Amino acid sequence: MTVRELITGLSLETLVEGDLDRAVTGGYTGDLLSWVMGRAKAGDAWFSVMGNVNAVAVCVLADVACLVLCENAALDEAARARAELESVTILRSTATAYTLAGALSARLERTV
Amino acid sequence: MKLHYEVAGDDFTRAGEASGAVKATLKRLGFPADVIRRVAIAMYEGEINMVIHADGGVADVEIEPDRILVTLTDRGPGIPDVEKAMQEGFSTAPENVRNLGFGAGMGLPNIKRYTDDLKIDTEIGKGTCIRMTINVPS
Repeated sequence: MTVRELITGLSLETLVEGDLDRAVTGGYTGDLLSWVMGRAKAGDAWFSVMGNVNAVAVCVLADVACLVLCENAALDEAARARAELESVTILRSTATAYTLAGALSARLERTV
Repeated sequence: MKLHYEVAGDDFTRAGEASGAVKATLKRLGFPADVIRRVAIAMYEGEINMVIHADGGVADVEIEPDRILVTLTDRGPGIPDVEKAMQEGFSTAPENVRNLGFGAGMGLPNIKRYTDDLKIDTEIGKGTCIRMTINVPS
């Protein structure tokens, strides 16, 4: 599944467009940045409510496929600017991390 | 190749600049993706620690074909109990830092997890020097 397919499949809003053809190979949920950075895998879709500039840095360093802001969480301006600079895809949904991760999991299982 | 960076204190918006630059350099040099990820994460954790606890510091990176050496040096308050600081979940970070999503007590444990060798020299009132080595598989 690509990021583009994730956007369509989970009806996500695109806030910052990075590489939409990148493969999404898994998912991770969490808001504690160090915890996420230590455990999320490269290629994961990361579901969080953290929309600050440090969350964007975590995306870059942990090499996740995209950040999905859950429950309509805000993306602050500094974070948006950094994401555009680093070509990090930031998406958003009104749904909870639980719902989104479940939906991704079901779709990934179908494609295995 | 040797690289040197100043890490500004108390500026979370700039934290990650040094590790981001190192990541880009390693990518350009063609190091394996896993090695780059490990160096970037370990170094970022170290940078964040210096921003939170030590009012910044300096980062020195030595890039060799078979290993990457990252040395982070600060003039902060030092770590009173290194053994405790190495435990996952132990944190002395203030509330404002936790609100940013840091302070989960994962900094040093993450650095240990992602490096092949970690040495911590710390002295109360003088500062801390962290030396991490990431080996490049042949």
